[in-house]
Amino acid sequence: MTAAPEQIDVLDEAREQVLERGVGLTEAQVLKVLELPEDRIPELLALAHEVRERWCGPEVEVEGIVSLKTGGCPEDCHFCSQSGQFPSPVRSAWLDIPGLVRAARQTRDTGATEFCIVAAVRGPDKRLLSQVRDGIKAIREDGNDIQIACSLGMLTQEQVDELVAMGVHRYNHNLETARSHFPEVVTTHSWEERWDTLRMIRDAGMEVCCGGIIGMGETLAQRAEFAVQLAELEPDEVPLNFLIPNPGTPYENYPVVEGAEALRTVGAFRLALPRTILRFAGGRELTFGDLGAKQGMLGGINAIIVGNYLTNLGRPAQQDLDMLEELSMPIKALSQTL
Amino acid sequence: MTYCSFCGKEEADGDHGFCRQRLSMIDPPRYCSECARRMVVQVTPDGWAARCSRHGEITSAR
Repeated sequence: MTAAPEQIDVLDEAREQVLERGVGLTEAQVLKVLELPEDRIPELLALAHEVRERWCGPEVEVEGIVSLKTGGCPEDCHFCSQSGQFPSPVRSAWLDIPGLVRAARQTRDTGATEFCIVAAVRGPDKRLLSQVRDGIKAIREDGNDIQIACSLGMLTQEQVDELVAMGVHRYNHNLETARSHFPEVVTTHSWEERWDTLRMIRDAGMEVCCGGIIGMGETLAQRAEFAVQLAELEPDEVPLNFLIPNPGTPYENYPVVEGAEALRTVGAFRLALPRTILRFAGGRELTFGDLGAKQGMLGGINAIIVGNYLTNLGRPAQQDLDMLEELSMPIKALSQTL
Repeated sequence: MTYCSFCGKEEADGDHGFCRQRLSMIDPPRYCSECARRMVVQVTPDGWAARCSRHGEITSAR
């Protein structure tokens, strides 16, 4: 006699479907994982780690990021301290080219293969694109061959083509949250506009980096919806952030995502996205602390942002590199990415 | 008088335990401790620099 569908354990299903066949979980299955009791989290993380090793390999991709243009953004993303629409203490700042070159060098010196140049804008104007072009040229003239990614907001086709010509190999543009929850988070542009930019990036041959932020008031069902919408996009990388309730933003009093819930989310996203680079990004310091970061690395994560973020600080890069060594996780070499 | 570099209020005014926790974990200073002006802050992969228009620049290096 076969078990009724409701009696089939979701982790048993995942073992056959995701681990053996490499097929990501459906929305309903992801929701079941997100609802697992706390005592099953170790089992979930062990499976997610097996899936990551089977379909992605043992290497961890290390990345550094820097804010080229900080603050003063016209958009109203409610989680963001760089929006000019909220009374955040973050003031506008531009990083000059020598500063950008130093930041790229600091990143390369950690062993990172990725350096992402980020600007708080709706989309880039000519001045910003010119700064990015000059910056990339200067980074190369410094003898730094690190892979360069950009995150400059929504793009036109012409701008996509310009970035390809500059040698930008990956573009970050987060969908941030489930389509059904997006209008609660951002009102100045739509989820669909972001999706359109992502399709243009993919069609132009750049790698797609697209993730979001957990803990912005979404339900577990919306979290599952988001995981599956990301899977539909087939991104090369998914950065997983946990909300940092920053002063002055509409979300400043939101609770920090609790560690067990965050680990469940990490495992669930890995089971929805078996072949994707799943990156620990902002907020992990508040949500996990040191112990939880290790659990996440052993629970499906295979990439990490080291050092500081855009307006918030991270752990010292060496602390994360030591953690990877302790976990016997090799860092992806630049030669593997070319 | 000194000011909290996380929230910009007087250090002597209220409890700044939460502010100190944030500053020790994930936040660079945002307000000048001498005059409470908002500072222009640049975060980089391995540090930060914060500039007050009246009192100059401080960095994570000192």
